[in-house]
Amino acid sequence: MPKREGGVVGEHRSLWPALAAPGVAWLVLFFLAPFYAIFAVAMGTIDPIFLQPQPEWNPYFWDPSAFRDVFREIFTGGALGDTFVRTIAYVGAASTLCILIGYPVAYYVARRAGRWKGLLLLLMLAPFWINYLMRMLAWVNLLDVDGQLNRLLVALGLLPEPRDWLAGHHETVILGLVYGYLPWFILPLYAALDRIDQNVLEAARDLGASPFKAFLRVTLPLSRQGILAGTVLIMLPMFGDYYTPNLLSGSPRTRMIGNWIDFFVNSTVSAGGQGAALTIVLMLFVALLMVYYLVSVARATREAKA
Amino acid sequence: MSAEAVVARPRPGILTRLRGWLANPWAQPRALAVFTWLYIAWSLIPVAIAVQFSFNAGRSRSTWQGFSLRWYISDPDLSVLHDPSLRMSLIQSLRLAGLTMLVATPIGVALALGLARWRGRAAQAANFLMLFPLVTPEIVMGVSLFLVFTYLYDFIPLGTWAQFLGHVTFSISFVVVIIRGRLFAIGRDYEEAAMDLGASQVEALRRVLLPMLAPAIFASFMIVFALSIDDFVISQFLATGAETITIPVRLYSTARLAPSPALNALASLMLFATLLAITMAGLFLRIARRRQAARGGSAVQDLARLEF
Repeated sequence: MPKREGGVVGEHRSLWPALAAPGVAWLVLFFLAPFYAIFAVAMGTIDPIFLQPQPEWNPYFWDPSAFRDVFREIFTGGALGDTFVRTIAYVGAASTLCILIGYPVAYYVARRAGRWKGLLLLLMLAPFWINYLMRMLAWVNLLDVDGQLNRLLVALGLLPEPRDWLAGHHETVILGLVYGYLPWFILPLYAALDRIDQNVLEAARDLGASPFKAFLRVTLPLSRQGILAGTVLIMLPMFGDYYTPNLLSGSPRTRMIGNWIDFFVNSTVSAGGQGAALTIVLMLFVALLMVYYLVSVARATREAKA
Repeated sequence: MSAEAVVARPRPGILTRLRGWLANPWAQPRALAVFTWLYIAWSLIPVAIAVQFSFNAGRSRSTWQGFSLRWYISDPDLSVLHDPSLRMSLIQSLRLAGLTMLVATPIGVALALGLARWRGRAAQAANFLMLFPLVTPEIVMGVSLFLVFTYLYDFIPLGTWAQFLGHVTFSISFVVVIIRGRLFAIGRDYEEAAMDLGASQVEALRRVLLPMLAPAIFASFMIVFALSIDDFVISQFLATGAETITIPVRLYSTARLAPSPALNALASLMLFATLLAITMAGLFLRIARRRQAARGGSAVQDLARLEF
């Protein structure tokens, strides 16, 4: 069949942009413009009479003083600085625990589960569709002074008397974060482990590697991208989390960055500028993570090609 | 030779087995199996207990006092049916999810079709813009929408309309990801065949491609419904007043202050609605795969892929 020039007969090139237009317009109006509003409010001024933030839409007149305040507070070790350190520590601890718990689970389901694989995958996906707040509510019930966990621990003799788990304990919040975000870590890792070609592993074994060595030298390096993807995927929402510490402790001792943003934006009128500035700082963090992730993916792709 | 086959020796002594395990802890997946099942139990049993106590006859959330529907319908003041604040949040969640589903899905399908075939620099930029909401932390979207509705689009008041606009915004990208996956699997052949037989581009789209996409479109409806009903952060940032409180926001504000089995009942109703929507989405995706008679894999795996 002779090849036609310029594609198929009857093709309207303008059809595709026209189809995309409503979606693009929507995203410009309700995603990009709001994004810009964060900057406008953070770099704006405060109305002296009503104490309301006055957004500055023209970048030429941007005033970064709210920014300066936020940065000064972070780096001179004010309450905000403590919160910053705590947030990083919580996210670090929770991510580490996610890797330690999540890797064996993802590995087993992807490569060793045999006939149970379908069922396990279904159960592993179930938490995605159970509301996050409901999963936290479940723990609020269990961790109550009068709740099942205290009863169990007292009955087993592990605790002399019921403990108030929900009264501002770091470990409760960290375990809450692990419980909340672990499914999001396991899934991309599962996908990466599932993709590994069995033949590669068998080749390693045929060449004399012990199963352990084959795991260490073949499976683990091949799943590194999955670990990275999972870690980034859970770190992004964890940095912005405020509901987990609020529900599982509610104490200022366990405040995270998100709690300050929530407070600045939702509970005060005049601190909207600080809230917006803090949101931008959070976005910088997240952007750094994303860039790191994208660079390492690009490097991995290049290595795979070479 | 698989790893399992290597270690299948007849009944070794405990010492040999220990030594074998130390030399090669990965050969016997039994410990891994136990660990995995423990993880599954840990991840699901707390929620199961929360659902169980929504059916408790008594007021306790930790002592079982018999089965009843008291907290759903029968209690005259405190049940989900009769407590106005609980009932209102149920209605608000369902209303918002229904509305979001009807608007976000068509926009997302059109955007997916457009982005899949449109070439050039503008298309790349649009694609980039579409991906952004997927990686933006919800709190950033919540703050940005709150600020834009307060200071720029101040003709749209905070509340139901703002919540609806916010929900559609984060749902569109998910629809694009689902539909694009199907489009990729279908390929361009059917469309081009229709056009070789004289159909115009629009006809080929309407009479060939859209019917082939139908199951994925229905799946998108269901998934957007589930995403919207599950959303907490954006709903909370854009809520004002009692009638704009959705179920997750209600759970958040009441869980520590005034918990009761009625709250568990409300959460359980949301869980049932989400699971129903997701089961239907899974069925639709399975139909899509069957029709296509594509390579192996299950609807569950399709859903697994869809998450990111």
